[in-house]
Amino acid sequence: MRYGFLFIFLGLLVPEWVWAERIGDISETSAFEQARRFFSFQDPAVRYALVGSILLGISCGLLGSFLVVRKMALFGDTLSHAVLPGVALGFLWNMSKDPVAIFVGATLAGLLGGAMVTLIKQTTRLKEDTALGLVLASFFAIGICLLTRIQNISTGSKGGLDAYLFGQAASLGRDDVILMAIITVLAVLLIAIFYKELLLTSFDAAFARAAGFPVTMIHYVLMLLLAFSVVIALQAVGVVLVSAMLITPAAAAYLLTDRMHVMLLLASVFGVTAGAAGAFFSFMSTNLPTGPLMVMGASLVFVLAFLFGPRHGVVSRWWRRQSRSAQIQRENTLKAIYHVLEGRSFEGEGVSLRELAEKRRETIDEVRGQSRELKTHQMATLHEDGDSVHLTPEGWQRACEIVRNHRLWELYLTNEASIAPDHVHDDAEVIEHVLGEETVRQLERTLNHATKDPHGRPIPGLMDLKLGGQIMGGPATVPGYGRTT
Amino acid sequence: MSEENAKTPVPLELHDLTVSYHKRPVLWGVDVEVTAGQLVGVIGPNGAGKSTLIKAAMGMLPLNSGWVKVFGEPVEKNLQRVGYVPQRESVDWDFPVSVMDVVLMGRYGHLGLFKRPAKSDREKARECLEKVKMLPYADRQISNLSGGQQQRVFLARALAQESDLYFMDEPFAGVDAATETAIVAILQELRKQGKTLLVVHHDLTTAREYFDSLLLLNMRVVAFGPTKAIFNQELLQRTYGGRLTILSEVAEAVGSKAD
Repeated sequence: MRYGFLFIFLGLLVPEWVWAERIGDISETSAFEQARRFFSFQDPAVRYALVGSILLGISCGLLGSFLVVRKMALFGDTLSHAVLPGVALGFLWNMSKDPVAIFVGATLAGLLGGAMVTLIKQTTRLKEDTALGLVLASFFAIGICLLTRIQNISTGSKGGLDAYLFGQAASLGRDDVILMAIITVLAVLLIAIFYKELLLTSFDAAFARAAGFPVTMIHYVLMLLLAFSVVIALQAVGVVLVSAMLITPAAAAYLLTDRMHVMLLLASVFGVTAGAAGAFFSFMSTNLPTGPLMVMGASLVFVLAFLFGPRHGVVSRWWRRQSRSAQIQRENTLKAIYHVLEGRSFEGEGVSLRELAEKRRETIDEVRGQSRELKTHQMATLHEDGDSVHLTPEGWQRACEIVRNHRLWELYLTNEASIAPDHVHDDAEVIEHVLGEETVRQLERTLNHATKDPHGRPIPGLMDLKLGGQIMGGPATVPGYGRTT
Repeated sequence: MSEENAKTPVPLELHDLTVSYHKRPVLWGVDVEVTAGQLVGVIGPNGAGKSTLIKAAMGMLPLNSGWVKVFGEPVEKNLQRVGYVPQRESVDWDFPVSVMDVVLMGRYGHLGLFKRPAKSDREKARECLEKVKMLPYADRQISNLSGGQQQRVFLARALAQESDLYFMDEPFAGVDAATETAIVAILQELRKQGKTLLVVHHDLTTAREYFDSLLLLNMRVVAFGPTKAIFNQELLQRTYGGRLTILSEVAEAVGSKAD
């Protein structure tokens, strides 16, 4: 829901800048100039913003992946809101935007929030989701009040503190980026060194405990790292949306892979892409906060993964279903052609469209379309101005296979599952398209290589399949159509 | 692993064990001594404390009283000689790992911190997968497996632990007949190799043929001994039928006071 909403907004926001280009006045050159300034990296503010965004993309992607597989996404949300009072207190420490003081304050507040959640969960009968909601809201409220007070009392030095709400990558300074680099390197190193332990405790904590691993300790180290990476991302993304930078790239990666290390890699790449894109667009239109732009970038990646992920993507799945039903349609046409040929004891070569239309109870135009389908897949050729269909060897083989599958399955259901012969046809209509060669061999063995289906019609055998090539190129009447023994 | 054959301490000794689960006592005064090479079925009704017993034996739960010794030492010292098959539902099968990844986890305990699985560990894992006939599935993601296949993967992981004492929590729950037979065969082979196994089991009819010894449990040990000697109407009645009402009421009271 949230992602779809953001996706639409991305569409609304980008044109603001694109339109200017189309109007073709001064703003065109200024947009171009801005982009050139961004990519020349001359401006230190641009460099800090970009490097900072890349660093936070990496650390958020890595930690977020563990949050997602440990089903702790909401915990990330709570933690990121809970740090806000700490930011304010860090500022109050010496009334300036000192990165270290703010880092310490925010981390402490985050950890306190986490501890509160655990405390509420353990001492009351409230469940985790409620505890998370309580802590998130109350800490955030305190933080907002403190920040507003600071804005009112402080003098010139308060500048940039509001960046902590919605994020402003341009406000990153040299010290901020150094701190971000330290934390990101720490996160990468710890995850690389303890990958095995993190994987095991995330997947099966009970087994890890039984194998003697310090499960609780590993959990707390991970939470500490998480708090760190939330805090360093804060200035660029903002308290409100930082959890999205944890969850969204990781969620997109989760849809694309089945292996944890690939997920970590993908999530970092997505995080970096979204971070850099956010920094760029925020630079292009100066009054937009970076956080929402980054999160929209990440959400766009997620939407793409959701729609086009090769295995789980909605569009990909739809596409697979479509091509599957097209294949079934083709196979049904092949089967009808086989039935027509069988009906006249395999005399004569081609099948006229009229015969086929009668067999399928469809119009000539419909079967013409189906025959063309077969032609494009090299299953058949069309003759005499497209009035009759001739199977190619491949087409003949597939037709035999389908008919064989159908009749074998009918026989199997009647003989082995004791289903009445007049009940088996509809089942076989479905099964004929999905039976693999191995199952067919098994069926043949089980049925003692029977030659007739329950309705007394011959079951095409291996011979017929192999003969295909000779038959279709050979004379009109050939022994070997149907079952030969 | 089994170099100390000369003066063999018993694989598992539980003495006067009282354990609570979520602050409510579920096991009272358990005294059990399991000698080497036994295949023990832990039998009892729901809530009898079967899972609690094996978790406590592995040092995963705080004890109210009593102690656990594994091969003559506190269990923490000998965890490397203990293998574990948790209940299948205890993990998320959508987790992004392959079958091979899961079986390799059985080697982690031997690797210790920092070290990654080596080639020999992969070899071992492949061997174990072969034993449970799951080698062709090594590269599959685990959610594409049936219940029986998942259970085999868990068993392969335990085999990869190469332990001397195994705890298995309902390895037969929800598996197909073929898997059940395969698991029984592996358990018996392990026992022949001199390993000791405690297996939580639900089904009374098969319990009798699968296990040499039974531990009948219902909040306390009702009976422990060779299957032939204790699998009888009277003891089963006492395990399943006659729940000691006062015992559970007191547990109830202790639990609510602790809250």
